[in-house]
Amino acid sequence: MIYRSHILICNGTGCVSSKSPAIMEKLQEQLVANGIDKEVKVVKTGCFGLCEKGPIMVIYPEGATYCHVKPEDVEEIVSEHLIKGRIVKRLLLGETDQADVARSLDTVPFYAKQRRVALRNCGVINPENIDEYIAHDGYAALGKALTEMTPQSVIDEILKSGLRGRGGAGFPTGRKWQFAAKEAGDQKYVCCNADEGDPGAFMDRSVLEGDPHSVIEAMTIAGYAIGSNQGFIYIRAEYPIAVQRLNIAIKQAREYGLLGKNIFSTDFSFDIDIRLGAGAFVCGEETALMTSIEGHRGEPRTRPPFPAVKGLFEKPTILNNVETYANIPVILLKGADWFSSIGTEKSKGTKVFAVGGKINNTGLVEIPMGTTLREIVYDIGGGIPDGKKFKAAQTGGPSGGCIPASLIDTPIDYDNLISIGSMMGSGGLIVMDEDNCMVDIAKFFLEFTVDESCGKCPPCRIGTKRMYEILERITQGKGEEGDIEKLENLAENIKQGALCGLGQTAPNPVLSTIRYFRDEYEAHIKEKRCPAGVCKALLNYRIIADKCKGCSLCAKKCPVNAISGEIKKPFVIDTKKCIKCGACMTNCKFAAIEKK
Amino acid sequence: MKSLEELKAIREKALKEVSIRDNENKTRVLVGMATCGIAAGARPVMNAFVDELAKRNIQNVTVSMTGCIGICRLEPIAEVFEANGEKTTYVKLDAEKARRIVAEHLVNQKPVTEFTIGAVGN
Repeated sequence: MIYRSHILICNGTGCVSSKSPAIMEKLQEQLVANGIDKEVKVVKTGCFGLCEKGPIMVIYPEGATYCHVKPEDVEEIVSEHLIKGRIVKRLLLGETDQADVARSLDTVPFYAKQRRVALRNCGVINPENIDEYIAHDGYAALGKALTEMTPQSVIDEILKSGLRGRGGAGFPTGRKWQFAAKEAGDQKYVCCNADEGDPGAFMDRSVLEGDPHSVIEAMTIAGYAIGSNQGFIYIRAEYPIAVQRLNIAIKQAREYGLLGKNIFSTDFSFDIDIRLGAGAFVCGEETALMTSIEGHRGEPRTRPPFPAVKGLFEKPTILNNVETYANIPVILLKGADWFSSIGTEKSKGTKVFAVGGKINNTGLVEIPMGTTLREIVYDIGGGIPDGKKFKAAQTGGPSGGCIPASLIDTPIDYDNLISIGSMMGSGGLIVMDEDNCMVDIAKFFLEFTVDESCGKCPPCRIGTKRMYEILERITQGKGEEGDIEKLENLAENIKQGALCGLGQTAPNPVLSTIRYFRDEYEAHIKEKRCPAGVCKALLNYRIIADKCKGCSLCAKKCPVNAISGEIKKPFVIDTKKCIKCGACMTNCKFAAIEKK
Repeated sequence: MKSLEELKAIREKALKEVSIRDNENKTRVLVGMATCGIAAGARPVMNAFVDELAKRNIQNVTVSMTGCIGICRLEPIAEVFEANGEKTTYVKLDAEKARRIVAEHLVNQKPVTEFTIGAVGN
């Protein structure tokens, strides 16, 4: 059935939570009411990346991109755009509103510097329709691998492409496959790590929600390459939409015979099952993940033996991240040379980042390796809200570190990030401005790892807790001389002594903030002062006498009666009674209250 | 899935359905769909364009709607924009004429002069 117009509506988690399903329902209803439901097709699709502007709707053939669409807007869109052909300008994505014609999405600054490889189909196809995936060359790479290539030539192609694991550590994917392929064994496994746990990271979820077939196709290719007939996708239960779409996709692939026995009439058979995780951060670590699939409590074990030798159920296993898999079909179709032409010398291809924090365009971006942080923050991200100053960006979540403003022009790739004390991680990128306290940030991430430590090894279980206690003391104004050195000492020991990646990297946020913002730590410890004005215990609220009109509003709002004074004369805050709730400051109409 | 040919067949069929979302280097047919156009019968004209293009498996042409261009007495109006920016304006259309435009102009690159604004308008 050919339609004259397609309406694509983002159904990623972000847009779903801002009511895109209600919009779709209303739209369908309006199309029927206006008798154009046979002319216009409504398509649900994956994440466009512009989550901050969601729900996003794109209407083809015009390519008009509407943002912040509400169910109430649907009637106008149908009657104006679909019936009269007039673009609803007030809803257009600001940057595309050029003259009378809505420009295509690709030309706006947010997309212009991006290169979408892993996200190639997100926001383009309907993830619940295998035909649309096939229309965009889906399963052609699998067909090519099975009918024209040997398992070894598949591995060689991946090796040559220079693809490195997108889950964080950056191990060359081809080598992982090579190790597993060389192992003898009647049973091998292909696993997919979809246990995305870094706070603020959501690229794996978006790939699975927007393009689940790419992961299924890639895992099947991996199965062929290493000689496995069974795959497992380990995904957290907190990703219900991704789980649902994966289930639909696996079912469709089975119906088409793209999973199952004798795929493409060859001897090769492969199937995939889903295993749900309960959301423990440590289960993103490969050995813990496999222990969890086996049905045990998710705890890591020592390596070696590496999974390629003894992995899931003690059989040779490869485990790759969602985004890594999403790159595989393109590499086989376009060739290793094409892929390795993107990126830097040692980091090939692109990387998806979930950009959040103090940035205008919160969302998902995919950039060629080697793009600078400045380009991500200012060109793609649209800069920092309210004209504030960029202070640092945190990459790699609780395992990573921060990049200070002085290094904003560093080209981002695996090795550069390591050398400046951070890491790629799975790709969370949190932007911080002058209002963020770096000690507080370090404390936040450490609190996360303290909570998520599985408790198996003491350096991680006890060490991170002790570090956290020191940080808590510092932020409460009880820091002592020598605390910084104590933190550094503990950190080094935990890094060396912890059993798995979680503990080994847990001190990184502290070490990197000490490295670049030692002065802030010192201000907290020596001067009992929080330069960014975040740490409550170190702040005092004060009324600026010149600005105070003596209206008494603050005194009325104060929950502990700490403010007193005479009407029409400056009021005063009793700092001993003050609980620093900030109610006075938010209510003052004359900006006469400051915190310092 | 038995063979690459089978995959290719699915691909080609699916591609027809999604090609509308790729608007690079395409010829655009804009049908005037303001009140004047609709009242004069623009909807069957537009449907005829869509239907005829689909029947002939033409994928590099999109059909969309536009508002009133100001010569309401000549509605239904459709404009054909070539990828190189050239424009042909057809007026007083009906479904039959739309099908001829597809066959002669969009397939054979020969504008149907007798339906153009230059021929009909005066």
